[in-house]
Amino acid sequence: MAYSDKVIQHTENPKNVGTLDKEDPNVGTGLVGAPACGDVMRLQIKVGDGGVIEDAKFKTFGCGSAIASSSLATEWLRGKTLDQAEAIKNSDIVEELDLPPVKIHCSVLAEDAIKSAIADYRQKQGKKQADNKA
Amino acid sequence: MTSLKFPIFMDYHSTTPVDRRVLDEMIPYFTEKFGNAASRNHAFGWSAEEAVDQARERVAKLIGAQSEKEIVFTSGASESNNLALKGVAEFYKEKGNHIITTVIEHKAVLDTCKRLESEGFEVTYLPIEADGRVSVEKVANAITDKTILVSVMLANNEIGTVQPLAEIGKITRERGVLLHTDAVQGVGKTAFDVQAMNVDLASITAHKMYGPKGVGALYVRRQKPRVRIAAQMDGGGHERGMRSGTLNVPGIVGFGKACEIMTNEGVEEAKKLLALRERLRTRLMSELDEVHVNGSMEHRLAGNLNVSFAFVEGEAMMMAIKDVAVSSGSACTSASLEPSYVLRALGVGDELAHSSIRFGLGRFTTEAEVDYVAELVIRKVRHLRDMSPLYEMHKEGIDLTKVEWAHH
Repeated sequence: MAYSDKVIQHTENPKNVGTLDKEDPNVGTGLVGAPACGDVMRLQIKVGDGGVIEDAKFKTFGCGSAIASSSLATEWLRGKTLDQAEAIKNSDIVEELDLPPVKIHCSVLAEDAIKSAIADYRQKQGKKQADNKA
Repeated sequence: MTSLKFPIFMDYHSTTPVDRRVLDEMIPYFTEKFGNAASRNHAFGWSAEEAVDQARERVAKLIGAQSEKEIVFTSGASESNNLALKGVAEFYKEKGNHIITTVIEHKAVLDTCKRLESEGFEVTYLPIEADGRVSVEKVANAITDKTILVSVMLANNEIGTVQPLAEIGKITRERGVLLHTDAVQGVGKTAFDVQAMNVDLASITAHKMYGPKGVGALYVRRQKPRVRIAAQMDGGGHERGMRSGTLNVPGIVGFGKACEIMTNEGVEEAKKLLALRERLRTRLMSELDEVHVNGSMEHRLAGNLNVSFAFVEGEAMMMAIKDVAVSSGSACTSASLEPSYVLRALGVGDELAHSSIRFGLGRFTTEAEVDYVAELVIRKVRHLRDMSPLYEMHKEGIDLTKVEWAHH
C-alpha cells in the first residue's frame, strides 16, 4: 500500500474539487461507481463555445488512488477538445500516477467518468441542436 | 501537555509493543541462561525449566486455570487455534464429527474449520446478532448428538465485541460438548476465567498483551472433563506430548511476565482505556454527523472503537491521517479486495464497511494522543466529505439507497 509521490500530492492537495451546475446545458456530468464497491466518482466538464473544455470539477468517494485519478483527470481535461478528452486512456493515468496493479480499477473508473461526462454533455447538446459532428 | 511522538500507534489489536518490564526479564535467557528446558541433567537445563515453570504458573493464574499443567506453550494463537480444533477433531472423531463456530472468528479458526470440512467434518457457522454477539439460544439449538466442539471467540479483533462465553459454557457443559475459545483479544482486558466460564480449551498469545511475538499457549483442561487432543506436531514429546519442539524459553519468560502484569494491572488498565476510548468517541460523535459505531457499546473491549464515517472511504481516511496508525475494514486495505467479513456479518452495509476505521487503544496511549487524533480525524473527515459526491447528495436529501449505481 505504498503510494507514489504523485498520488500523495493529489490526495493532499486535490485539484478542481467542486460542483458545476448540472442543469447548465454547457455542463456534462458523469457519475460512476457504486458506494457498495467503495468508490464513486463524479466528474463534470463545462464546454465553451469553441468546443473546448474550459472547466472541469470532481468529487470522489474512494481511496487515495481514486481521488488522485479523478484530480489528475480534471487537470488534463481543461483546455482539451471533446475529441482529445475522449482519447484519454486509463493507461495514461496509470503511467502518470504510477499506480500499482491493484489500483488500476481506479484509473478505469476515471476514464469511465470522462466518457460519461462527455456523453451527458453531447446528449444535452443533441436536445438543443443536431450534433456538430453528425 | 506532554509532547507527542509520531507516528502515533492506535492499532493495539494488531499487536502491542513489548513492555519494558517484560523485556528486562527476557534478556538473561538469551545469553547466560540459554539452556534447553528439556536438558534434565545439568544446571543450564534446570534454570531454563524453572523459568518456564514459573511462566506456566503466571499464565495459568491469569486465566483461572486450576493447574499450570493445563498450559501448553505454542508459537502463537494461530498454532493454538489449529492445535485445539484439529487436535480435538482428530481425537474425538469416533464420538462425533460436528463442530459449531461463528462467522466472525479469526481466520485461524475459520480456515481450520474449512480444512476439517474437507476431511469430512461438519461445521455450523453461526451468524451474529446486530450487536455483534452470537445468540446463546442459537448455540444451544445447533448442538446435535454428533457435536464434539463449540468454538467461540472471547472478544472480536475488529469490533471488540465480547461474547457471552459464560452462558455458552453452561450449555456446552450440560450437553457434554467441549468449549474452545480464541481468547487472544480479550484475555487480561475483559473478565475471563476458564473455571467460571466452563471453558475447556483457550488460545492466547503474548504479543497482544505487551509480550513478545512468536509465543502463545493453549489451555487444555485436565479435570472435569479431562480434555484430550491429538498432537499436530511430532517430535520429542514436549509439552506432555501435545506439542513437540524445543521451548522458546526467552519468549515464554516474557509471556509469563506479561501475564503477571495483566493479572495485577489489567482491571485498572481497562478502566483507564475505557475513559480514553469514551473521550475519543464522544469527541468524534459530537463534532461530526453520520458517525456509526459498529458493534455493541455495552459488551465491548475498553480499548476498541470501530466506527464508520459515512461517505468517506476508509483507506483514503488512513492516508489522510498517516501519522496515526489505525486499521480499516475497507476493501482497499485488504488483500482480497473484499470489505471486512466481520462488518458484513454484523449487517453493516458494504458502503459503511468501506468507511470503517478501527481505533485500538492500549497501555501506552495518552490523553494527549487521543485529543490530537480526535482533532485530526474530525478535520480530515470534513475535508474528505467536502470532496465526497455522496456527502453532497446526502446533504441535498437524496436517498443514496434509491440511486441506481453502476456496480463494477
